[in-house]
Amino acid sequence: MSATEPISEERRAEITRIQELIYELKIGQIMTRKLIAMSPEQTMAELKDVLRINRISGAPVVEGGKLAGVISIEDLIKALESGEKEARIRDKMATNVQTVYQDESVVSAVNRFAQFGYGRLPVLDRSGELVGIVTQGDVVRGLLKRMQIEYQEEEIHRYRASHIFEDIVSDQTGLILRYRVKAKDFVSGGEASSKLKRALGRLGAPPQVARRVAIATYEAEMNIIIHTDKGGEIIAEIMPERIRIVATDSGPGIPDVEQAMQPGYSTAPDWIRELGFGAGMGLSNIQACADKMTLNSTMGVGSRLEIVFQVK
Amino acid sequence: MTLQEVLAIIEGKVISKRANLALVVEAACGADLMSDVLAFTHSGTLLLSGLVNPQVVRTAEMSDIKAIVFVRGKVPPPETIALADEKGIPLLATKYTMYEACGRLYRAGLKSCGLFDLSQHPREGSSSGG
Repeated sequence: MSATEPISEERRAEITRIQELIYELKIGQIMTRKLIAMSPEQTMAELKDVLRINRISGAPVVEGGKLAGVISIEDLIKALESGEKEARIRDKMATNVQTVYQDESVVSAVNRFAQFGYGRLPVLDRSGELVGIVTQGDVVRGLLKRMQIEYQEEEIHRYRASHIFEDIVSDQTGLILRYRVKAKDFVSGGEASSKLKRALGRLGAPPQVARRVAIATYEAEMNIIIHTDKGGEIIAEIMPERIRIVATDSGPGIPDVEQAMQPGYSTAPDWIRELGFGAGMGLSNIQACADKMTLNSTMGVGSRLEIVFQVK
Repeated sequence: MTLQEVLAIIEGKVISKRANLALVVEAACGADLMSDVLAFTHSGTLLLSGLVNPQVVRTAEMSDIKAIVFVRGKVPPPETIALADEKGIPLLATKYTMYEACGRLYRAGLKSCGLFDLSQHPREGSSSGG
């Protein structure tokens, strides 16, 4: 990647995902478990055969179940050059060995490859037992495999969802999503908006539109949780050109809708304020996000909030 | 500014199980009022807050906030951490107060999420926490 070349948004997302995976994946998930280890008593000639048959360029040296050192193809070449074919591995191996633990993030292996220029690192469990070996190739393969799985999973969801509007033909195709919202259930508050935001992503809505819809719906959802006794419902009608959200509840109702719309006006109890909500900003926030907003309320019957967003 | 740099500046600690410290934040916002966060931030913002309930994470999710720093040494309950891990939002914690944590980041060049006109003040005598 050239430093002068601008990086596209899509590319940036991919790079960020790789960086994330380097932290998320554990070395144990990508290492080679099939251990080809040498004993310190074996000779360099024996090492030559092991490396050749297994097509590897080095091996850990194990004595009594514990890691004693690492021997590489470079050590073998040096020994062969000086005619020390029958020398013991013990006398030729590197004993000051950098190791990693299997529960460490892949990033610590990557850092050590870069720092010390090693091609492989023995992997230990926390009791010090040798459980595998990790090479730079393992890192690349592990990341690619994981990226491919994730990419395919999300791509399938996205592909299926975004084709709904093309595959199903009508004069006006819309998708209705219905979410129930429980009263006073502050802990799961936001789940409806979260699911809706994810659905919009899969349906191919532009990120800025999805963000506006999510924020407005979240405020509406919190209003139902905070102010109603029986909860309510959020219905999202998604069409290619616009998204309509209708939040309804069955009371108690808003005494003065005009007053409720003013920024800073709130009837929220203190416990809600302590949780960071109920400052009287909700409805004006919704209005700022939406292209059109209508609020109707009848005391003792309930409220109905309709929010419309233009997509194109 | 990367989260790695943020972490160093606030002498902080990572508390979510997963955190990509290579993530870049473009601006920061310090707030305990979630409606303000929803109203005034942009995608790619770092949120500093003294609140630790799960709705802080929900707010971040809805507004495309990149990461959250909890100030004054507060550590969030397990449900907040679990939600953040599920949504892939890194959580950091610092021993500094909101004022000092924000001050350190601002001094290091992390900009604010905007400027607001005084005339926008909503109602006279209202106790809105803007």
